[in-house]
Amino acid sequence: MRDVAVVGFAQRQMQEFDGSPTCVELLVPLFAECYEQTGWTRRDIGFWCSGSSDYLAGRSFSFVQAVDAIGVIPPVNESHVEMDLAWAVYEAWLKIQTGEVDTALVYAFGKSSAGLLRRTLALQLEPYTMTPLWPDTVSLAGLQARAGLDAGLWDEQAMAEVAHRSLTDAETNEYAVRSGGSSVAELLARPVYADPLRKHDCAPVTDGAAAIVLAAGDRAREVRDRPAWLSGISHHVDPMSMGTRDLTRSPSTARSGAALDLDGVDLAELHAPFSHQELVLRRELGLGDDVRINPSGGALTSNPMFSAGGIRIGEAARRVWDGESDKALAHATSGPALQQNLVCTLEGQR
Amino acid sequence: MSRTLSAPVTVAFDYTRSTGPVLGRFLTGLRDGVVVGGRTSDGEVVVPPPEYDPVTHAATTDFVEVSPTGTVASWSWVAEPVAAQPLDRPFAFALVLLDGATRPFLHALDVASPGDVATGMRVQVRWRAQRTGAITDIECFEPVTDQAAPPPGPRSTLDPVTGVVTPVALDYTYAASPEESAFYRGLAEGRVLGQRCPTCAKVYVPPRSACPADGTPTTDEVELSQTGTVTTFCIVNVPFLGQRITPPYVSAYVLLDGADIAFLHLILDVPADQVRMGMRVEAVWKPREEWGTTIENISHFRPTGEPDAAYDTYSQHL
Repeated sequence: MRDVAVVGFAQRQMQEFDGSPTCVELLVPLFAECYEQTGWTRRDIGFWCSGSSDYLAGRSFSFVQAVDAIGVIPPVNESHVEMDLAWAVYEAWLKIQTGEVDTALVYAFGKSSAGLLRRTLALQLEPYTMTPLWPDTVSLAGLQARAGLDAGLWDEQAMAEVAHRSLTDAETNEYAVRSGGSSVAELLARPVYADPLRKHDCAPVTDGAAAIVLAAGDRAREVRDRPAWLSGISHHVDPMSMGTRDLTRSPSTARSGAALDLDGVDLAELHAPFSHQELVLRRELGLGDDVRINPSGGALTSNPMFSAGGIRIGEAARRVWDGESDKALAHATSGPALQQNLVCTLEGQR
Repeated sequence: MSRTLSAPVTVAFDYTRSTGPVLGRFLTGLRDGVVVGGRTSDGEVVVPPPEYDPVTHAATTDFVEVSPTGTVASWSWVAEPVAAQPLDRPFAFALVLLDGATRPFLHALDVASPGDVATGMRVQVRWRAQRTGAITDIECFEPVTDQAAPPPGPRSTLDPVTGVVTPVALDYTYAASPEESAFYRGLAEGRVLGQRCPTCAKVYVPPRSACPADGTPTTDEVELSQTGTVTTFCIVNVPFLGQRITPPYVSAYVLLDGADIAFLHLILDVPADQVRMGMRVEAVWKPREEWGTTIENISHFRPTGEPDAAYDTYSQHL
């Protein structure tokens, strides 16, 4: 296997992006930041891969429009996944493993606010027996939260503690669209919105984009003294149906984690768009109390569709670059109620 | 004034799908007023039946009729229903463990408030009067009443369900980019605005947020001539739904003088068979009182009568 590291990361997150859902205007400055961080130009990038969804954009081939932000003369080596940025990272990591390229810039974008997000996402469900009922994202997460509450695996207090820690940490994240911790008691005093969920248990609808630069071996060492080496990456998927899996567990996360060496992980960026999902993920990954969880504030404070999972990788990587973490874990999710999960580890030493 | 122009857009499509034998069996059951589950190799009775066994991966063939009555296994409250959900007033989504099944089934539950639902409560199917063989043949669940749900009538003699049609309509507020917004606002003033790439100096109309060749933001606004050259064209002979002009007519790429990208418009006021590459044309605007922020302000292009442009002047723009 080739050693591959994350060496660049840029992001934009906002409540409502006043611009076209093709997001070219958001991507151009993100790429500029990546060039500045690496000292490269677009011609140093061996492979490009994007993540986005036409259902979110409300128009066909939105990812083709986004290619304008790259500049394609001379032609570029480019691909796309109808998935989160984290899975675009996976494709780029594979591409580098083939030996065909040494560097990659992956990016993702989405204007969630263009439609009604929790409704739009019903299009990712099983189309015969689920989508015609339009089960919205929040309701499906609520079924999962209640399953754990009823089973005594977590309680409202534990969920509010996750939200409180996230909101407090988000105070130092300039990109968070929601921030400001007060107290767990104050959060619990707020009204229940989608029983059993309060609004702060649910990620805010967020527009945004992000870009990550990957490089192999010496190309990574050229860029940074301490690249964030991708020492492991794995992803799995659980059944789509809500009835055939134990909603209080996430076998795909456990299996992804088991494929990696998680010893020594000191920091984890977990993509949990609902507060109870962080509790599920911590259990499945066996993360102890000494692991710093979501110093960025996590998805509960900002969750741009199609980039929020990859942003977890970027946030973890930059803490490895800074020396704040020696070994960080990053996780991304997709699908209803933690159906698909990707886990990777990033290390300062290789 | 907001930075960008936006407009409501609805994207709608009737998804037409074949069901295959397993989901077909389930949906045929719903049409007949019975709920059919599938027995898997590990002894579970799953509703709806899975198409393939989760352990052996063999196609499901062992079908079991389960009760239309069951117990709430989990629920969540829908305080603000969204369009096309089973109920248009607040309701619960529930996972219901039907009597005779071992795995719960997702559907809506009609109760007035979250205080009226609890895990463990007994509920029953409320059947739709007119059933077609779709998941929506179950209107929703409702709390069990003294009267049990009416027993199913005689099984239909219709052919088994083999397909479903699921209408999907999504509403968006669709925004133009700032550059596109400037273009449309220009049109509302009778002007055609493009953008020049500061790197390669190419002029794009309609403008784009970045030069597709260089990836450079196109910051320089350029007002373009309303006269140009036909670079290539086609004669439309085929009628289609929504056609506004009687065929034959010409749809052409017009390269405005000063632009580096041609754009598509109509060539009228000339017989279709006389339109040619290199023909010089000019914009014909609708009456000013009909203008909006739209390309339709330009009704069409018509010949100027000038001599044709030399091929070399547009050969790089084909």
